[in-house]
Amino acid sequence: MRRLKNNTRKGNGLNAVMSFETAWFIAQTLAKGAVVTLEITVLAALLALPLGFAVALLRVSPWRVTRLLSTVYVEFLRGTSALVQLFYLFFVFPPLFGVVLSPMETGVIGLGVNFSAYASEIIRSALINIDRGQRDAVLALDFPPMEAFRRVLLPQVMPLMLPPLGILLIELLKSTSLVYTITLMDLTFAGHNIITSVGYQTTTWTVVLLCYFMLAWPLSRMVKRYERHLTRHRTARGQA
Amino acid sequence: MTFDVAFAWSILPSLLKGLAVTFQVVVLGFVAALCLGLTLAVLRHAGRGPVPALTRAYVMFISHTPLLVQLFFLYFVLPQIGLRFSAMTTGILGLGLYFGAYIAEAWRGAIEDIHYGQWEAARALDLPPLATWIRIILPQTVKPMLPVLGNYLIGMFKETPLLAMITIPELFQITKQIADLTYNYNETYTLLGLLFLLISVPSSLLFQYLEKRSHGKSRVA
Repeated sequence: MRRLKNNTRKGNGLNAVMSFETAWFIAQTLAKGAVVTLEITVLAALLALPLGFAVALLRVSPWRVTRLLSTVYVEFLRGTSALVQLFYLFFVFPPLFGVVLSPMETGVIGLGVNFSAYASEIIRSALINIDRGQRDAVLALDFPPMEAFRRVLLPQVMPLMLPPLGILLIELLKSTSLVYTITLMDLTFAGHNIITSVGYQTTTWTVVLLCYFMLAWPLSRMVKRYERHLTRHRTARGQA
Repeated sequence: MTFDVAFAWSILPSLLKGLAVTFQVVVLGFVAALCLGLTLAVLRHAGRGPVPALTRAYVMFISHTPLLVQLFFLYFVLPQIGLRFSAMTTGILGLGLYFGAYIAEAWRGAIEDIHYGQWEAARALDLPPLATWIRIILPQTVKPMLPVLGNYLIGMFKETPLLAMITIPELFQITKQIADLTYNYNETYTLLGLLFLLISVPSSLLFQYLEKRSHGKSRVA
């Protein structure tokens, strides 16, 4: 296969056909970029999820102060753009507080914190959708709080929050393209890199778009399947 | 921790000029997204042959790829196939194509939520399809769509910093230029963040209020 492609390169002088070396270089650059993109997505999600959960719990807590603070947190993060927050973290924070973060840390913290606000909104709306009676019953049965949360409340909120959280993960994956502006070598950066070194504007941007699509598509399929799994159960009961 | 208020005050006029450009892009982009979204949603329902599947594929592809890369695609690839637009037009087009897909999906939902009796009644009264759409179906989708559209309008506003990457002199681009020129990162980006908050928080509260009012009494937590 390798020899065959090499021969075609030698065989024609037209630059319309990509040489094997060029194709290999492009594939390699894109693969490296895709790995960085996935890495940031996973790490930011791992930061956003617990943080979002904590903020959601604070927002439904009985104390007014924590409710107020967590609301401010959410509105602030959703009100300013993710790119603005990344730049703030990258350019303003280091001289201000003397903390120097690597681009990778900046990207993960910036996106993770930004998406924790959106995640907390999803988790909060799932939490407040639990029937009041469930909480009363747990109290009446004298469940310890952690036990009640883990065995009664959590199983009920999961189906409500998993699909929107899955969609949020896709949005996060898409948002990682922002980190190219703070010099991280992700998929978008790979696109620029390829174009400055070998050209092929149209092909490169098309392939980069397809790469993102192929990363996001399976996630979206999983969400759809999970949702269908849930509604099948519901319709079956409805028909009975 | 120093914050030079005088400097911040001195750059405010430039930032407001950038903000004016941002508003312009958002308004035009939103009009484009509305037109595209409505067209796609209706075609998804009323189109024949491969049309519904194509609109579905469009929405799928757009909503699973980053806006930033789509903007690069439009900005760098369109001139190569002979379509030369200004950066502004490209940006408006990019926002319109991206949010058009999301609006189409939401609008499709709103259309599907209409009771089938409405379709049957229109048919029984022998209304032509066009009149059914314009006078029966679409007016009923307006009310559920308003809060959704409001959210997308704010969403579009928050995505505008990406347009700086294709050289549009909007708010973020102006801020970045001043910051890189003067090294006053703190004042510039803080001011930028404040401007964003000043616009998106009140507007999001307004839309939340409108949504609550249109739902009657809000659900009690």
